Amino acid sequence: MSTADLGTFVWGDCLALFQHFLTLSLLAVGGAITTVPDMHRFLVMEQHWLSDGQFSASIALAQAAPGPNLLFVSVLAWNVGANAAAGATPPELAWLLPLACASVATIGILAPSTTLTLYAARWVQHNRERLGVRGFKLAMGPIVIGLLLATAWTLGAAHGMPHETPVLWALAAVSALLVWKSQIHMLWLIAAGAVLGAWGWL
Amino acid sequence: MNNLPDAARRGPTSLRNLFFSFSWIALQGFGGVMAIVQRELVEKRQWLTAAEFLDDWAVAQVLPGPNVCNLAVLVGDRCFGARGALVAAAGLMLFPSVVVLALAAFLFNMLDAPLVQGMLRGMGAVSAGLIAGTALKLTSGLRGHPFGAVGCVALSGLTLTGASVLHVPLVWLLLGLGVPATLLAWRILWLRARAAGQAP
Repeated sequence: MSTADLGTFVWGDCLALFQHFLTLSLLAVGGAITTVPDMHRFLVMEQHWLSDGQFSASIALAQAAPGPNLLFVSVLAWNVGANAAAGATPPELAWLLPLACASVATIGILAPSTTLTLYAARWVQHNRERLGVRGFKLAMGPIVIGLLLATAWTLGAAHGMPHETPVLWALAAVSALLVWKSQIHMLWLIAAGAVLGAWGWL
Repeated sequence: MNNLPDAARRGPTSLRNLFFSFSWIALQGFGGVMAIVQRELVEKRQWLTAAEFLDDWAVAQVLPGPNVCNLAVLVGDRCFGARGALVAAAGLMLFPSVVVLALAAFLFNMLDAPLVQGMLRGMGAVSAGLIAGTALKLTSGLRGHPFGAVGCVALSGLTLTGASVLHVPLVWLLLGLGVPATLLAWRILWLRARAAGQAP
């Protein structure tokens, strides 16, 4: 696909990108991944800065790379900049513009929520002996465990339900058991998954 | 700013130690950092107990923003104040950003290759398992919980069903299950405190 049909992007649009991620930050209850539908609406449908394929490939790339999941925001913004800089002069733009876009988007998505967390955490720490705060933390324990299991389920279901991809689910179950009951390093498990997958056994 | 009573408790020795601890954690986290952060902070470094981790994760989870980044802010702030919060979050983000942007710059067009697709499938399945295993391990933080074992399993099960089968948005799950559960736990704590002669 050519970049000509991807809408035009100038330095000023960096500001629009920054503003968009800034406003999404405080809406990202449950992590940045919950705002993906809105990012898709803005970047792909409205501004035409990314194609559909680039959008989902950016998220897949960030998932596979080490680091927090929210790095998919950096990759999305990098590709917005890379599309805009394609064929532009001077040649330094080919990495300057993507880098600028990735930086403002990542700072935008992080700054408001991190600031709020800082103050909320201090309030919780200061009031940790209050029965209400202790009650909240106790009540959230089982809920948090349920939410983590749901996250695992969603990640697993991305490639099909258990009866469709039994081998993948068996691999996930063995990994879960090993993490729960043994001290094996997680990187070995990830590497085993990559090798089995590359061999075409999954 | 470490105002916790236990003087012997472990923690990061310096801002530099905090920064590189979170960098190392982040660089090991394929498919998300949640599983590895529990193992490093609770089991290896012992900066937190399993119950404290569950507490902090609950706070990090209900606040907006990336959970792991919120957790880093919590831990960093408790040890070194606002500077610690910034350093922990920066440690978490800096090196992984460099890695992922380098991948985006050089490997983006290889993503469709069958070999890469196969690798991604395998890594995705394992990282799902890592998160599930970590969740099961965190159940050790629920020992002595006022809801009892049955109550905890029921609450976890309801949350899991709501989020993954019924696709209830997180905000509604937190309001629908979190608020009543908090009120119930509060009530139990209050009754216990009164029984012990401490509550008004």
